[in-house]
Amino acid sequence: MPTTAADGRSFTIIDDGRPATIPVDVGPAGVRIPARAAGDALGWRLTGDVALEELAAALGRPVAADRDERAVYVGVGAAERGRVLTSLEAPDFTLPDLDGRPHSLAAHRGRKVLLVAYASW
Amino acid sequence: MWQALYEETQSAGFSVVTVALDRSADDARPWIEAARPTHPSLIDVRHRVADLYNMVNVPTVVWIDEAGRIVRPNDVAFGTDTFKHITGLEAAPHLAALRGWIRGETSALPADRTRALLALPTDADQQARAEFALGQWLWEHGRLPSAGRHFEGAGELAPHDFTIRRGTMPMRGVDPMGPAFREMLGQWTGAGRPYYRPLPG
Repeated sequence: MPTTAADGRSFTIIDDGRPATIPVDVGPAGVRIPARAAGDALGWRLTGDVALEELAAALGRPVAADRDERAVYVGVGAAERGRVLTSLEAPDFTLPDLDGRPHSLAAHRGRKVLLVAYASW
Repeated sequence: MWQALYEETQSAGFSVVTVALDRSADDARPWIEAARPTHPSLIDVRHRVADLYNMVNVPTVVWIDEAGRIVRPNDVAFGTDTFKHITGLEAAPHLAALRGWIRGETSALPADRTRALLALPTDADQQARAEFALGQWLWEHGRLPSAGRHFEGAGELAPHDFTIRRGTMPMRGVDPMGPAFREMLGQWTGAGRPYYRPLPG
């Protein structure tokens, strides 16, 4: 039995790392997002409600959902990642150092860069 | 080791950027402070760089030129022979090639050759990364059993992605250096799968 947004059910939708808590409907076809909330959560300007998993699949984006925990992560699709890597443009990123200061890869433009990923595990 | 390389080639307009795929600055701190680097040592809790570059193990190195283009994609070749007994990979050829490129003695590969060396992610790889990311969010919000389920699911979707299978061990309360990892590695290599897959040549 689908619940309505009027019940106060809200989910956290995490769009490629950016979370937003919005009212949703949950039914057999998955999570439905009201049009007015889609902008907040995913930046989608819609004229009607949307079935989240269905639209994400149409966009080639992976969805990880936990209905019990009321959280859904919408990631970036393989086609998009592959498109960027195939262009050979090194994807930019901004990450903090130990002191919390942000650093971007793009700041090194004009120098050769050795990018090294490692871990304590 | 990366610091020594950086200092050697500093005048050549060369940067080393290290990224720790770790849960917190505290996990990476001992490694960074021991090195006392002057290059950017960054913390990537969300494994964003692993997602962007389709990295599936560590250490992984990428060579990027002055125009911000990938000239040598993901490689697990090491800068020292410290890990040779584990990986079977020698550092010297990689270091010699790296120095040659930095000094401009050797040119980069042609773009189509570089493209041929790229490992592109599959839908399952990206689904695994989404499950991992959801697991992280749940873990950070104290939903540990739920987080564990999504970490396990992520590992099943992308069993070759050790940034997930091993990287989630600390969050799942498993010692990534301990018997559980050794058993996992034994099963993996016993099935003929490499733990490190270096670039050819």
